[in-house]
Amino acid sequence: MALKGNLQDFTVTQLLNLVNLAKKTGILLIESQHEQAWIAFREGKLAYASIGAEEADLVSVLKRNNKISQRQYRVLKERGGTIKDKELGLLLINGYLTQDDILGSLQQYFVSVVRKLFTWVEGMFQFKDNAKLPGDRILIRLDLQNLIIEGSRQIREWEHLQEEIPSLDLALKFSDHPGANLRNLNLNVEEWRVISYINPKNSMRQIAHATKMNELEIRRVAFSLLQAGIVQMVRVGGAAPKMTVRMFPTSNREEQKSLVNRLIDRIRSI
Amino acid sequence: MQTVKIVVTGPFNAGKTEFIRTVSEIDVVSTERRISSEPERIKEATTVAMDFGRITVDDDLALYLFGTPGQKRFDFMWEILSEGMLGFIVMVDSTRPETFREARRILETFRAYAPTPYLVAANKQDYKDAWEVEDMRLALRIDNNIKILPCVALDKETVKTVLLELLYTILAEMEAGNL
Repeated sequence: MALKGNLQDFTVTQLLNLVNLAKKTGILLIESQHEQAWIAFREGKLAYASIGAEEADLVSVLKRNNKISQRQYRVLKERGGTIKDKELGLLLINGYLTQDDILGSLQQYFVSVVRKLFTWVEGMFQFKDNAKLPGDRILIRLDLQNLIIEGSRQIREWEHLQEEIPSLDLALKFSDHPGANLRNLNLNVEEWRVISYINPKNSMRQIAHATKMNELEIRRVAFSLLQAGIVQMVRVGGAAPKMTVRMFPTSNREEQKSLVNRLIDRIRSI
Repeated sequence: MQTVKIVVTGPFNAGKTEFIRTVSEIDVVSTERRISSEPERIKEATTVAMDFGRITVDDDLALYLFGTPGQKRFDFMWEILSEGMLGFIVMVDSTRPETFREARRILETFRAYAPTPYLVAANKQDYKDAWEVEDMRLALRIDNNIKILPCVALDKETVKTVLLELLYTILAEMEAGNL
């Protein structure tokens, strides 16, 4: 029976651990709100990985790793459309690239896919036991232990961030007296992307949606901005509180004020 | 009889039960249980569901004070208790900075549950190792427009001040048209 579930109950790290311990062979499919990923394993070792619309064929991976030029990439793509990765690999190691270049590039890419999956905290997964591995692709054999350790660290980070930012339904606003001028800060690309949406009207959930970040990524950025004192968490719409249902036993404004004043008088008299 | 409620929340052992006990006209209805967990045995008993106190204003009106359980494993009670509250007080033990992070988590959670006025009470200010209130504001990252008040939960006058300041805030928000 296929192993199925939700990442909220069983994390990617736990899945890797299970695959590693049981020395499983098969394909793990993970589907989040925005994209899909699949990872192939052979006897408990990472064999292949691909995510979303990213091209994971050998030519694309080599281009991404600067092992071939843009022109070579174009030529190989045009002429090699029908050549399988394994055949292409054999052609390339015949004088142009080494086997290490090819396997190293693939390993680097597959590991980057798995690292990206560590940031997925929700989504459905399914493990297809003994599913046929892609025969036209070059498979690697990478031990999972190091990735599992890395993933465990990420889980601890996730738990910490959840404690720091328990709800994404709050908004961020710039601090009244930020310690530093924004222009002098060394922010990364993700932080700048979030900064451009900071407004008490936008909840962090909305910002995450607009910037295509998942819950971990938006929390990570918000936390670093909060730590630096650049932003504060506020209620959506600004700091003004709002009336909730049944806050007062009466809906008449004057009666509500009178009620609060009576409470004040009573407490003063205690 | 009309009733309104204020919720007193905060981390474990912040002084919520004592706060309510100090001003309640009835014996506080408490759901305290002996503590079984060794790391939390800095006091004999803790609230597991809620504390309940009452201040009767007149024949028509009473203020109910609800204290929330401070331990994380009872946090399912928070949302229930926060429903329909007039405002809330976050009690923080000024002598235990290790609880500040938890206090902030609780504060943010309550803000998300019910966007009503609130303030922070820096409790145990009579202890010599209590943090300064303004240092606590920075550590807890409390906005300047939110009140953070010194408090001694066993002292009626400071408890009254905390309650009054919350009511003044509620009144001010009403006058400003925010409520």
